[in-house]
Amino acid sequence: MTAEFIKRDYSLVGLDSKLAEENGLANAEWYASDIPRKRMKELIQRRNGPAIRDTAIWFILLIVSGTAGYMLWGSWWAIIPFMIYGVLYGSASDSRWHECGHRTAFRTKWMNDVVYEIASFMVLRESVPWRWSHTRHHTDTIIVGRDPEIPSPRPPDLLGIAMAVFSLKSGPKELSKVLLHCTGRLNAAEETYIPEEERYKVYWNARIWVMIYAVVIAAVIISGSILPLMYIGLPSFYGAWEMVLCGLTQHIGLAEDVLDHRLNCRTVYMNPISRFLYWEMNYHVEHHMFPMVPYHNLAKLHEELKHDMPVPYSGFLEAYKEIIPALFRQVKDPTYYVKRELPSSAKPAMPGPVAAMMPE
Amino acid sequence: MGNWIQVCQADDIEAEDVIRFDHGDRTFAIYRSNDDQYYASDGLCTHENVHLAGGFVMDNIIECPKHNGRFDIATGEAKGAPACIDLRTYPVKVEGGQVVIDIS
Repeated sequence: MTAEFIKRDYSLVGLDSKLAEENGLANAEWYASDIPRKRMKELIQRRNGPAIRDTAIWFILLIVSGTAGYMLWGSWWAIIPFMIYGVLYGSASDSRWHECGHRTAFRTKWMNDVVYEIASFMVLRESVPWRWSHTRHHTDTIIVGRDPEIPSPRPPDLLGIAMAVFSLKSGPKELSKVLLHCTGRLNAAEETYIPEEERYKVYWNARIWVMIYAVVIAAVIISGSILPLMYIGLPSFYGAWEMVLCGLTQHIGLAEDVLDHRLNCRTVYMNPISRFLYWEMNYHVEHHMFPMVPYHNLAKLHEELKHDMPVPYSGFLEAYKEIIPALFRQVKDPTYYVKRELPSSAKPAMPGPVAAMMPE
Repeated sequence: MGNWIQVCQADDIEAEDVIRFDHGDRTFAIYRSNDDQYYASDGLCTHENVHLAGGFVMDNIIECPKHNGRFDIATGEAKGAPACIDLRTYPVKVEGGQVVIDIS
């Protein structure tokens, strides 16, 4: 039987935001698997080596594919290098943005910060607002009214999800925010999570972005070709699909308002190319539970914790076999969600105060 | 004068590590560096109320386990967003193998 559905307010300034606070879901204590502190100390150790290697490969591939695209421009063959360039620019930047935002990718802080700024620009996420947005995402993961990064509010917007494949919904929205920030203003939601002392950075970064885009557009006009936009600007759209393919597996279709990442995140085994592009974020339960662990140690963390975790998905196919039907079902029944099963070796789930009150 | 209170045995804290110490309704984080210097600060991250003792010390920086906010364990200085407000630190000494802190 379908439970009565009351449309929820996913904004950060609405009724559900107040309810989350009243129900003890805001800034709450979350379940964490047991792991010996000595082992965790080993796993959180930062190293520059892996991220320098991976960043060098990333930039070399960008240069090689970009050069090939330039040389083949004017023929249909240019599609191939630009497809590669686009994924490296518009999708791999997502995971670089993410890991460097946590400052766990490199041991050296400035290296994290430099790559974070570059990746933020590529993936069309302003560095300061999104650092604070993501901070909130970790405090209140998939808590309605608190988490600004809930990927698919219920009932799902299937057209919006389809448009996300090429950032056609989020891209223009982000660019409009850049223009707003240029004028020295934030929107209402941003005012709830960006501290006063950080706001000037938002405004100045937005102005720098606009200047960069102005130069690229001027280059297009002067050259009479869209080629400059194929390198800066458009790849954030035409290259976003791989980020979406990986990113949609993280939380979509799973429980809201629970205090246990095992119930609202997915760990999906992926092929080596996706793991390189995605910087191991396929170990998403582990990342949310222990965000101090750098990407290059997440597979090891997974081995330590898997007895306490739901069985990981064997690949994209298994994950999407669950996600796609769940989305369609949620269109008709927004109360539906996928309940993650914990193995007998796991400690009991910590569903949180609201879910605990709900009938089975 | 100060208000010196006993925290633990010096060896109770491993090198480059942190422990939680509660006193009355207050909570502190007590640190030991790799070169056996001891430091103390308020126990909760200034960004959100998370116990820093759940985090780890690396290169004299304590990292909050929740959002990776970082502070210098000697000075309490916040080292960048999301940690923007410095931690309050307290004098520490080791006397007769005991770590004591001045919480006044």
